[in-house]
Amino acid sequence: MTEHIKTGDGGIIITNSEDLMNWARLSSLWPMGFGLACCAIEMMAAYASNYDLERFGIMPRPSPRQSDVMIVAGTVTFKMADRIRRLYEQMPEPRYVISMGSCSNCGGPYWEHGYHVVKGVDRIIPVDVYVPGCPPRPEALIGGFMKLQEKIRTEHPLAPEVFMEMQAAHQEIGIQA
Amino acid sequence: MSMVFEEIKKVISEAFSEEIVTFSEEGLQPAILVDPRSIVRVCEFLFTDSRLYFDFLACLTGIDNGPVKGTMEVVYHLVSIPYGHKLVIKTTLDRLPTDASLPTIPSVSEIWKTADWHEREAYDLLGIYFSGHPDLRRILLPEDWEGHPLRKDYQAQDKYHGISVRYEDGNKLS
Repeated sequence: MTEHIKTGDGGIIITNSEDLMNWARLSSLWPMGFGLACCAIEMMAAYASNYDLERFGIMPRPSPRQSDVMIVAGTVTFKMADRIRRLYEQMPEPRYVISMGSCSNCGGPYWEHGYHVVKGVDRIIPVDVYVPGCPPRPEALIGGFMKLQEKIRTEHPLAPEVFMEMQAAHQEIGIQA
Repeated sequence: MSMVFEEIKKVISEAFSEEIVTFSEEGLQPAILVDPRSIVRVCEFLFTDSRLYFDFLACLTGIDNGPVKGTMEVVYHLVSIPYGHKLVIKTTLDRLPTDASLPTIPSVSEIWKTADWHEREAYDLLGIYFSGHPDLRRILLPEDWEGHPLRKDYQAQDKYHGISVRYEDGNKLS
Protein backbone atom coordinates (compact mmCIF):
# COMPACT_ATOMS: atom_id res chain seq x y z
CA MET A 1 0.00 0.00 0.00
CA THR A 2 1.46 3.32 -1.04
CA GLU A 3 1.47 6.29 1.25
CA HIS A 4 -0.67 9.30 0.29
CA ILE A 5 0.50 12.73 1.26
CA LYS A 6 -2.50 14.89 2.17
CA THR A 7 -2.04 17.80 -0.22
CA GLY A 8 -5.71 18.43 -0.93
CA ASP A 9 -5.53 17.35 -4.57
CA GLY A 10 -6.12 13.67 -4.01
CA GLY A 11 -9.08 13.38 -6.37
CA ILE A 12 -11.63 13.77 -3.63
CA ILE A 13 -14.50 16.23 -3.94
CA ILE A 14 -16.64 17.12 -1.00
CA THR A 15 -20.19 18.07 -1.78
CA ASN A 16 -23.62 17.24 -0.49
CA SER A 17 -25.77 14.62 -2.10
CA GLU A 18 -28.47 17.07 -3.18
CA ASP A 19 -26.01 19.18 -5.14
CA LEU A 20 -24.57 16.04 -6.68
CA MET A 21 -27.98 14.76 -7.73
CA ASN A 22 -29.01 18.13 -9.13
CA TRP A 23 -25.73 18.44 -10.99
CA ALA A 24 -26.13 14.97 -12.49
CA ARG A 25 -29.70 15.71 -13.56
CA LEU A 26 -29.05 19.10 -15.09
CA SER A 27 -25.99 17.85 -16.92
CA SER A 28 -27.79 15.08 -18.78
CA LEU A 29 -31.20 16.43 -19.76
CA TRP A 30 -32.50 14.04 -22.38
CA PRO A 31 -35.36 15.54 -24.36
CA MET A 32 -38.00 13.51 -26.11
CA GLY A 33 -37.29 13.46 -29.84
CA PHE A 34 -40.39 14.96 -31.39
CA GLY A 35 -41.46 18.20 -33.02
CA LEU A 36 -44.81 19.60 -34.02
CA ALA A 37 -44.20 22.43 -36.49
CA CYS A 38 -41.66 24.98 -37.72
CA CYS A 39 -40.17 25.40 -34.21
CA ALA A 40 -38.94 21.83 -34.59
CA ILE A 41 -36.69 22.99 -37.44
CA GLU A 42 -34.97 25.42 -35.07
CA MET A 43 -34.84 22.70 -32.43
CA MET A 44 -33.12 20.36 -34.90
CA ALA A 45 -30.68 23.13 -35.76
CA ALA A 46 -29.92 23.44 -32.06
CA TYR A 47 -29.16 19.71 -31.87
CA ALA A 48 -26.95 19.80 -34.97
CA SER A 49 -23.27 20.62 -35.17
CA ASN A 50 -23.43 24.43 -35.36
CA TYR A 51 -25.11 24.83 -31.98
CA ASP A 52 -24.35 21.34 -30.67
CA LEU A 53 -26.69 20.87 -27.71
CA GLU A 54 -24.83 17.71 -26.82
CA ARG A 55 -22.08 19.76 -25.22
CA PHE A 56 -24.66 20.35 -22.46
CA GLY A 57 -25.42 16.63 -22.28
CA ILE A 58 -28.65 17.19 -24.17
CA MET A 59 -29.47 14.54 -26.73
CA PRO A 60 -32.88 13.52 -28.05
CA ARG A 61 -34.28 10.15 -27.04
CA PRO A 62 -36.67 8.12 -29.18
CA SER A 63 -38.89 7.06 -26.27
CA PRO A 64 -40.77 8.95 -23.54
CA ARG A 65 -39.60 6.27 -21.08
CA GLN A 66 -35.99 7.42 -21.53
CA SER A 67 -36.72 11.16 -21.54
CA ASP A 68 -36.31 13.78 -18.84
CA VAL A 69 -37.66 16.79 -20.68
CA MET A 70 -40.32 17.34 -23.30
CA ILE A 71 -39.77 20.21 -25.74
CA VAL A 72 -43.16 21.16 -27.11
CA ALA A 73 -41.81 22.64 -30.34
CA GLY A 74 -44.73 23.89 -32.38
CA THR A 75 -48.47 24.30 -32.73
CA VAL A 76 -50.49 22.04 -30.44
CA THR A 77 -53.72 21.09 -32.16
CA PHE A 78 -56.64 19.54 -30.32
CA LYS A 79 -56.04 16.35 -32.25
CA MET A 80 -52.47 16.27 -30.95
CA ALA A 81 -53.37 17.36 -27.40
CA ASP A 82 -54.48 13.88 -26.31
CA ARG A 83 -51.26 12.40 -27.65
CA ILE A 84 -49.09 15.00 -25.92
CA ARG A 85 -50.83 14.42 -22.64
CA ARG A 86 -50.30 10.67 -22.96
CA LEU A 87 -46.62 11.06 -23.91
CA TYR A 88 -46.10 13.35 -20.91
CA GLU A 89 -47.72 10.78 -18.64
CA GLN A 90 -45.43 8.08 -20.04
CA MET A 91 -42.30 10.00 -19.02
CA PRO A 92 -40.69 8.91 -15.72
CA GLU A 93 -40.37 11.51 -12.96
CA PRO A 94 -38.65 13.90 -12.45
CA ARG A 95 -39.87 15.29 -15.76
CA TYR A 96 -39.76 18.78 -17.18
CA VAL A 97 -41.49 20.62 -20.02
CA ILE A 98 -40.09 23.38 -22.20
CA SER A 99 -42.74 25.19 -24.19
CA MET A 100 -40.99 26.42 -27.32
CA GLY A 101 -42.44 29.23 -29.40
CA SER A 102 -45.56 31.39 -29.40
CA CYS A 103 -47.99 28.66 -30.52
CA SER A 104 -47.12 26.40 -27.67
CA ASN A 105 -46.90 29.29 -25.18
CA CYS A 106 -50.33 30.82 -25.84
CA GLY A 107 -51.72 29.76 -29.23
CA GLY A 108 -49.55 32.26 -31.11
CA PRO A 109 -51.05 33.54 -34.37
CA TYR A 110 -53.98 31.15 -33.91
CA TRP A 111 -55.12 32.65 -30.61
CA GLU A 112 -58.26 34.24 -32.03
CA HIS A 113 -59.41 32.34 -35.12
CA GLY A 114 -57.64 29.01 -34.69
CA TYR A 115 -60.55 26.79 -33.76
CA HIS A 116 -58.23 23.79 -33.94
CA VAL A 117 -55.34 25.06 -31.77
CA VAL A 118 -54.92 24.61 -28.03
CA LYS A 119 -54.28 28.13 -26.70
CA GLY A 120 -51.14 27.20 -24.81
CA VAL A 121 -49.77 23.77 -23.97
CA ASP A 122 -50.02 24.74 -20.27
CA ARG A 123 -53.73 23.98 -20.59
CA ILE A 124 -52.89 20.28 -20.83
CA ILE A 125 -49.54 19.74 -19.10
CA PRO A 126 -47.50 21.78 -16.56
CA VAL A 127 -44.75 23.89 -18.16
CA ASP A 128 -41.40 24.70 -16.53
CA VAL A 129 -39.84 27.07 -19.04
CA TYR A 130 -41.43 29.19 -21.77
CA VAL A 131 -39.22 30.13 -24.71
CA PRO A 132 -40.64 33.12 -26.62
CA GLY A 133 -40.21 33.54 -30.37
CA CYS A 134 -41.87 32.63 -33.64
CA PRO A 135 -39.90 30.51 -34.03
CA PRO A 136 -37.21 31.03 -31.37
CA ARG A 137 -33.66 30.86 -32.68
CA PRO A 138 -31.46 27.99 -31.45
CA GLU A 139 -29.77 30.44 -29.05
CA ALA A 140 -33.15 31.08 -27.44
CA LEU A 141 -33.77 27.36 -26.99
CA ILE A 142 -30.32 26.98 -25.45
CA GLY A 143 -31.27 29.89 -23.17
CA GLY A 144 -34.41 27.99 -22.22
CA PHE A 145 -32.35 24.93 -21.33
CA MET A 146 -30.05 27.07 -19.17
CA LYS A 147 -33.09 28.46 -17.34
CA LEU A 148 -34.25 24.91 -16.76
CA GLN A 149 -30.79 24.00 -15.46
CA GLU A 150 -31.00 26.92 -13.04
CA LYS A 151 -34.36 25.64 -11.87
CA ILE A 152 -33.04 22.12 -11.31
CA ARG A 153 -29.98 23.46 -9.48
CA THR A 154 -32.21 24.88 -6.72
CA GLU A 155 -34.33 21.77 -6.27
CA HIS A 156 -34.36 19.68 -3.12
CA PRO A 157 -34.79 16.10 -4.35
CA LEU A 158 -33.94 14.64 -0.92
CA ALA A 159 -36.13 16.89 1.20
CA PRO A 160 -38.38 14.80 3.45
CA GLU A 161 -41.51 16.18 1.82
CA VAL A 162 -44.02 14.02 3.66
CA PHE A 163 -42.50 14.97 7.00
CA MET A 164 -42.45 18.67 6.10
CA GLU A 165 -46.09 18.53 5.01
CA MET A 166 -47.03 16.84 8.30
CA GLN A 167 -45.16 19.50 10.23
CA ALA A 168 -46.88 22.28 8.32
CA ALA A 169 -50.27 20.68 8.91
CA HIS A 170 -49.54 20.37 12.66
CA GLN A 171 -48.55 24.00 12.89
CA GLU A 172 -51.77 24.98 11.20
CA ILE A 173 -53.90 23.31 13.86
CA GLY A 174 -51.54 24.42 16.64
CA ILE A 175 -49.80 21.17 17.65
CA GLN A 176 -46.12 21.36 18.49
CA ALA A 177 -44.28 18.66 16.60
CA MET B 1 -53.01 18.22 -79.52
CA SER B 2 -53.86 20.62 -76.73
CA MET B 3 -57.32 22.15 -76.99
CA VAL B 4 -58.47 25.65 -76.09
CA PHE B 5 -61.73 26.22 -74.21
CA GLU B 6 -63.70 26.88 -77.42
CA GLU B 7 -62.85 23.43 -78.77
CA ILE B 8 -63.53 21.69 -75.47
CA LYS B 9 -66.86 23.49 -75.28
CA LYS B 10 -67.80 22.21 -78.73
CA VAL B 11 -67.06 18.59 -77.83
CA ILE B 12 -69.03 18.83 -74.58
CA SER B 13 -72.04 20.63 -76.01
CA GLU B 14 -72.34 17.92 -78.67
CA ALA B 15 -72.55 15.26 -75.95
CA PHE B 16 -74.75 16.94 -73.32
CA SER B 17 -77.91 19.04 -73.39
CA GLU B 18 -78.17 22.51 -71.88
CA GLU B 19 -80.03 21.21 -68.82
CA ILE B 20 -76.92 19.33 -67.78
CA VAL B 21 -74.03 21.52 -68.89
CA THR B 22 -73.82 25.27 -69.43
CA PHE B 23 -70.74 27.40 -70.03
CA SER B 24 -69.34 30.38 -68.18
CA GLU B 25 -66.64 32.30 -70.03
CA GLU B 26 -66.30 35.41 -67.92
CA GLY B 27 -63.58 35.41 -65.30
CA LEU B 28 -59.96 34.35 -65.51
CA GLN B 29 -60.74 30.66 -65.90
CA PRO B 30 -63.60 29.75 -68.22
CA ALA B 31 -65.63 26.96 -66.67
CA ILE B 32 -68.43 24.53 -67.40
CA LEU B 33 -71.38 24.59 -65.00
CA VAL B 34 -72.72 21.10 -64.39
CA ASP B 35 -75.93 19.92 -62.75
CA PRO B 36 -74.68 18.08 -59.61
CA ARG B 37 -76.93 15.06 -60.27
CA SER B 38 -75.10 14.46 -63.56
CA ILE B 39 -71.57 15.13 -62.33
CA VAL B 40 -70.44 11.49 -62.55
CA ARG B 41 -71.81 11.07 -66.08
CA VAL B 42 -70.09 14.26 -67.28
CA CYS B 43 -66.80 13.43 -65.57
CA GLU B 44 -66.83 9.92 -67.00
CA PHE B 45 -67.22 11.43 -70.46
CA LEU B 46 -64.41 13.95 -69.87
CA PHE B 47 -62.15 11.14 -68.71
CA THR B 48 -62.92 8.59 -71.40
CA ASP B 49 -63.45 10.71 -74.52
CA SER B 50 -60.33 10.26 -76.64
CA ARG B 51 -60.24 13.93 -77.72
CA LEU B 52 -60.41 15.25 -74.15
CA TYR B 53 -58.88 12.54 -71.93
CA PHE B 54 -58.83 14.49 -68.65
CA ASP B 55 -56.85 11.91 -66.71
CA PHE B 56 -55.83 14.11 -63.77
CA LEU B 57 -58.01 15.77 -61.16
CA ALA B 58 -55.66 18.54 -60.03
CA CYS B 59 -57.93 19.89 -57.33
CA LEU B 60 -61.38 19.57 -55.82
CA THR B 61 -62.58 22.57 -53.83
CA GLY B 62 -65.63 23.14 -51.66
CA ILE B 63 -67.03 26.65 -51.22
CA ASP B 64 -69.67 27.90 -48.81
CA ASN B 65 -71.57 30.94 -50.08
CA GLY B 66 -73.16 31.50 -46.69
CA PRO B 67 -76.66 31.16 -45.27
CA VAL B 68 -77.97 34.28 -47.08
CA LYS B 69 -77.23 32.92 -50.54
CA GLY B 70 -78.05 29.43 -49.32
CA THR B 71 -75.73 27.62 -51.70
CA MET B 72 -72.51 25.68 -51.66
CA GLU B 73 -70.22 24.96 -54.56
CA VAL B 74 -67.90 22.18 -55.56
CA VAL B 75 -65.21 23.10 -58.10
CA TYR B 76 -63.14 20.56 -60.02
CA HIS B 77 -59.89 21.46 -61.78
CA LEU B 78 -59.01 18.93 -64.47
CA VAL B 79 -55.85 18.49 -66.50
CA SER B 80 -55.12 16.18 -69.37
CA ILE B 81 -51.52 15.16 -68.90
CA PRO B 82 -50.86 13.81 -72.45
CA TYR B 83 -52.70 16.68 -74.21
CA GLY B 84 -51.84 19.43 -71.75
CA HIS B 85 -55.25 21.10 -71.73
CA LYS B 86 -57.18 22.18 -68.66
CA LEU B 87 -60.80 22.54 -67.61
CA VAL B 88 -62.73 23.89 -64.64
CA ILE B 89 -66.06 22.34 -63.62
CA LYS B 90 -68.34 24.18 -61.22
CA THR B 91 -71.40 22.79 -59.48
CA THR B 92 -73.83 24.50 -57.12
CA LEU B 93 -75.67 22.71 -54.31
CA ASP B 94 -78.44 23.66 -51.91
CA ARG B 95 -76.87 24.60 -48.60
CA LEU B 96 -79.73 23.22 -46.53
CA PRO B 97 -81.62 20.47 -48.37
CA THR B 98 -85.30 20.18 -47.42
CA ASP B 99 -84.73 16.95 -45.46
CA ALA B 100 -82.14 18.77 -43.25
CA SER B 101 -79.34 16.47 -44.37
CA LEU B 102 -75.95 17.66 -45.62
CA PRO B 103 -75.69 19.12 -49.12
CA THR B 104 -75.07 16.09 -51.31
CA ILE B 105 -73.25 15.42 -54.58
CA PRO B 106 -72.17 12.08 -56.09
CA SER B 107 -68.52 11.14 -55.54
CA VAL B 108 -66.11 11.07 -58.50
CA SER B 109 -63.56 8.96 -56.61
CA GLU B 110 -64.43 5.99 -58.85
CA ILE B 111 -63.05 7.96 -61.80
CA TRP B 112 -60.09 9.71 -60.20
CA LYS B 113 -58.58 8.15 -57.07
CA THR B 114 -57.32 11.65 -56.13
CA ALA B 115 -60.89 12.65 -55.38
CA ASP B 116 -60.99 10.30 -52.39
CA TRP B 117 -59.02 12.50 -49.97
CA HIS B 118 -60.13 15.77 -51.57
CA GLU B 119 -63.75 14.83 -50.98
CA ARG B 120 -62.99 13.79 -47.44
CA GLU B 121 -61.47 17.23 -46.85
CA ALA B 122 -64.52 19.00 -48.26
CA TYR B 123 -66.70 16.80 -46.09
CA ASP B 124 -64.59 17.47 -43.00
CA LEU B 125 -64.33 21.25 -43.29
CA LEU B 126 -67.56 22.18 -45.10
CA GLY B 127 -69.92 19.31 -44.49
CA ILE B 128 -70.59 18.38 -48.10
CA TYR B 129 -71.73 14.77 -48.41
CA PHE B 130 -70.29 12.81 -51.34
CA SER B 131 -72.64 9.91 -52.01
CA GLY B 132 -70.97 6.70 -53.14
CA HIS B 133 -67.64 7.65 -51.56
CA PRO B 134 -65.87 4.47 -50.34
CA ASP B 135 -64.69 5.89 -46.99
CA LEU B 136 -66.17 9.28 -46.14
CA ARG B 137 -64.55 10.08 -42.78
CA ARG B 138 -63.03 13.29 -41.42
CA ILE B 139 -59.48 13.63 -42.73
CA LEU B 140 -57.95 16.54 -40.77
CA LEU B 141 -59.97 17.12 -37.62
CA PRO B 142 -60.39 14.52 -34.89
CA GLU B 143 -63.19 12.02 -35.43
CA ASP B 144 -65.33 13.37 -32.59
CA TRP B 145 -65.12 17.05 -33.61
CA GLU B 146 -68.42 18.92 -33.78
CA GLY B 147 -69.41 20.87 -36.88
CA HIS B 148 -67.66 21.90 -40.06
CA PRO B 149 -65.27 24.85 -39.46
CA LEU B 150 -65.15 26.45 -42.91
CA ARG B 151 -68.90 27.05 -42.98
CA LYS B 152 -69.69 30.75 -42.79
CA ASP B 153 -71.98 30.30 -39.77
CA TYR B 154 -69.62 27.98 -37.86
CA GLN B 155 -69.40 28.39 -34.10
CA ALA B 156 -66.51 26.63 -32.41
CA GLN B 157 -67.50 24.28 -29.62
CA ASP B 158 -66.78 25.41 -26.04
CA LYS B 159 -64.63 22.48 -24.99
CA TYR B 160 -62.83 19.59 -26.58
CA HIS B 161 -61.92 16.73 -24.20
CA GLY B 162 -62.09 19.13 -21.26
CA ILE B 163 -59.85 21.82 -22.83
CA SER B 164 -61.37 25.23 -23.51
CA VAL B 165 -61.34 25.97 -27.22
CA ARG B 166 -61.48 29.79 -27.05
CA TYR B 167 -58.50 31.78 -25.83
CA GLU B 168 -60.50 34.02 -23.49
CA ASP B 169 -62.07 31.05 -21.69
CA GLY B 170 -58.66 30.00 -20.39
CA ASN B 171 -58.27 27.02 -18.11
CA LYS B 172 -54.62 26.88 -17.26
CA LEU B 173 -53.48 24.06 -15.02
CA SER B 174 -52.91 25.39 -11.54
